[in-house]
Amino acid sequence: MTKEERIENLNRLSGTDVRKCMKCGKCSGRCPAFHEMDIKPHQFVSMLEQGKIDQLLQSKAIWSCLSCMACVERCPRGVAPANVVEAVRDTVVRMQGANGIKAEEIPPIVDELIPQQLLVSAYRKYNK
Amino acid sequence: MQRIGVFVCWCGSNIAATVDVEKVAEVIKSEPGVVYSANYQYMCSENGQQLVKQAIKEHNLTGIVIGACSPRMHEATFRKAAEEAGLNPYMVEIANIREHCSWIHKDMDEATEKAIILVRTAIAKVKLNAPLMAGESPVVKRALVIGGGIAGIQAALDIADAGFEVDIVEKNATIGGRMAQIDKTFPTLDCSACILTPKMVDCAQHENIDILSYSEIEEVKGFVGNFSVKIRRKARYVDETKCTGCKICMEKCPSKKGLNEFNMNLNTRPAIYIPFAQAIPNVAVIDPTQCIKLKTGKCGICQKFCGVGAIDYEQKDTFIERQYGAIVVATGFKPIDLDNFNEYGYNDNKDVITSLELERLMNAAGPTNGVLLRPSDGEHPKTITFIQCVGSRDTSGCGKPYCSKICCMYTAKHAMLIREKYPDTQVNVFYIDVRTPGKNYDEFFRRAVEQYGVNYIKGMVGKVYNENGKLMVQGSNLIDNEQVTIESDLVVLAAAIEPEPSVRKIATLLTTSIDTNNFLTESHAKLRPVESPTAGVYLAGVCQGPKDIPETVSQASACAAKVIGLLVKNKLKTNPCVASANENMCNGCSQCANVCAYGAITYEDKEFRLGGGKTEIRRVASVNPAVCQGCGACTVTCPSGAMDLKGFSSKQIMSEVEAICKM
Ligand SMILES: Cc1cc2nc3c(=O)[nH]c(=O)nc-3n(C[C@H](O)[C@H](O)[C@H](O)COP(=O)(O)OP(=O)(O)OC[C@H]3O[C@@H](n4cnc5c(N)ncnc54)[C@H](O)[C@@H]3O)c2cc1C
Ligand code: SF4
Ligand code: SF4
Ligand code: SF4
Ligand code: SF4
Repeated sequence: MTKEERIENLNRLSGTDVRKCMKCGKCSGRCPAFHEMDIKPHQFVSMLEQGKIDQLLQSKAIWSCLSCMACVERCPRGVAPANVVEAVRDTVVRMQGANGIKAEEIPPIVDELIPQQLLVSAYRKYNK
Repeated sequence: MQRIGVFVCWCGSNIAATVDVEKVAEVIKSEPGVVYSANYQYMCSENGQQLVKQAIKEHNLTGIVIGACSPRMHEATFRKAAEEAGLNPYMVEIANIREHCSWIHKDMDEATEKAIILVRTAIAKVKLNAPLMAGESPVVKRALVIGGGIAGIQAALDIADAGFEVDIVEKNATIGGRMAQIDKTFPTLDCSACILTPKMVDCAQHENIDILSYSEIEEVKGFVGNFSVKIRRKARYVDETKCTGCKICMEKCPSKKGLNEFNMNLNTRPAIYIPFAQAIPNVAVIDPTQCIKLKTGKCGICQKFCGVGAIDYEQKDTFIERQYGAIVVATGFKPIDLDNFNEYGYNDNKDVITSLELERLMNAAGPTNGVLLRPSDGEHPKTITFIQCVGSRDTSGCGKPYCSKICCMYTAKHAMLIREKYPDTQVNVFYIDVRTPGKNYDEFFRRAVEQYGVNYIKGMVGKVYNENGKLMVQGSNLIDNEQVTIESDLVVLAAAIEPEPSVRKIATLLTTSIDTNNFLTESHAKLRPVESPTAGVYLAGVCQGPKDIPETVSQASACAAKVIGLLVKNKLKTNPCVASANENMCNGCSQCANVCAYGAITYEDKEFRLGGGKTEIRRVASVNPAVCQGCGACTVTCPSGAMDLKGFSSKQIMSEVEAICKM
């Protein structure tokens, strides 16, 4: 894939229009995982808009985003930063080959205690 | 035989860049009936008009077609030019080859072909045009102003000063609007009441102004110069002519728990009340939902104490009908409801307030006598955090897509006033952009930062939550790429503003248009900014779009100038392009009257000769040309084809369709 194709692919995967972002920072103002993220939610949006793909693909934040969708819920412009995070994550996963998690691999103990939402978000992240 | 002249305009490059204007003029020359054809850079210019006039005279033209911009733009210009050259102005047709052609096409060949078709179409129509004469209608020399905020007050004073009578119809018990609720005003920080209340008094004392407070518009009939308006005077339960405003009733009324709307519900008021000390008229009103006497029949205390016998529990709504030549709409705004924004905790925390509530908390006549105390416990707030753009610039569906325009400035004002009065208070402002264009405006905002040390943080707030009785404001600091949480004692939301909802009803009554955000639409965004598309209806203040007081006042004075310009005329020319019924075809079915929005159609019994000395009496439609607006609804409704519009007859329209189809 050329860089242009990759940008287009990310835009398509995210299903959100990053040009609608007005740089208000409400997403990052709300994000509960903000301090764990090397690239912040609003930066995902802005960096995709500017085509800074390489940096995005290097990001560790794709593993710390909780997929809680608070940023999506709060964005005044109808942009979905979490979808950009997810699109980058999917791209990274696909580039690495199939390393998705299977239900059998989740230890029973975790199965008991883990919050439902976390499981769902783990699936979103690893089971593509 | 008609002798048609065609004039193709370049509109600089607006038309000429996409339409081959020379070719259009050339091709059209060979159309039957066309004896003259020309093209010119700016047909609407002095020279262009001269060219038209000269051609009319030299070539004895009986009709002309101008291929140019929309008729909304220059039809009047060319009609006037034709008239000056001795041609009936209704023998002019406009082919819109700009908006309908050059502006929406890229390909020159296609655009040129379409332009030729459009000009041909206009030629087909003008051949069937008949000279028309504009009638005259008298002008009622009195204006109506709907809404008594600063916009309505200023417009009324200016019109009245020019010698015309004005009625202000205000739905609340007093005039003054939002400005009466504001404490100090940017950019000069003078006290709002000090500059507003003298104008309110001027209105009350002006011999030409009649204030109809606690009143609403019920029905509007008629047209420019001749509106007839039915006004509901809501029952106040207090005789306006007797009440002296002594307030003894307020003191004695036992039902004291009504929410004080004027103070943004921050405190209470009695069931009988005068909204604020400088209210105009200074007359009490009873809230029927709260008054014990009106609800249960018992009490009657205020009547006993009122020294002038002004209280009248039997009062009913009354209606009056008045005639006006012009109407100014000045219905203003309200802050939006914040139910869609629970992330800011407005409904859950007493100490999260709106900016308008803060105005009342800082006002000497407000619920705290001007001492800034927070609503929850009456303590002085030590850290105050402002959030701008709450519900503005929001395309997610929760708020309003537009910028409310006034909140950057009033937030800077609030921040400075607080730092000035309480220097030990920490003031933070979360902003997306600070928008302060205008004379001395950006300087004003910079003073907040540079002189008053207000902490402006570029970023939006994600949530406000209560932690052990403390308000925590969590948001972005985008410049430092940080997420910050600020412990605050008071949070102030700069809520978006929206048009006062009743404007929808007003717009319907006046058959004028509103945009998707309920702001009234002006006739032309640049060149006719205070006129509505409905003749004789003018717009002032926030009902037309977000604006501050200086802009509102300018617009109100501009409105007044337009109204005065109308009212000084004794007669108005009426539009001769009105409907009329062919009595021989009409069968009196009444369908046309049902669809006429202006009530222009009536029926009369007429005698018709049947031949052989016999007659019959038939009911036929008759159109009042002074009331008809020429909308054409009746012509398409008439099942017998009896109704037709002068200047837009069915025959003319069909000839246009044919010309288009011929290609
Ligand atoms: C918190 C805050 C602070 C502000 N501070 C400043 C400032 O410092 N400086 C500044 O320049 N501007 C300021 N503004 C803006 C200012 O309030 C407006 O520009 C101004 O009030 C607009 O006046 P208006 O007459 O258009 O509307 P309004 O003041 O809203 O008046 C409209 C009037 O029409 C009446 N009305 C409404 N509907 C009807 C109806 N159907 N029939 C009859 N009557 C009707 C209403 O009751 C009201 O009396 C501030 C605004 C806010 C919200
Ligand atoms: S979805 Fe991810 S980026 Fe968005 S707020 Fe939640 S944790 Fe933050
Ligand atoms: S909340 Fe939306 S508009 Fe604001 S910075 Fe984030 S993505 Fe952009
Ligand atoms: S009659 Fe109504 S308004 Fe008058 S004092 Fe009693 S409760 Fe108050
Ligand atoms: S004026 Fe300022 S605070 Fe108000 S909506 Fe516009 S940018 Fe936001």
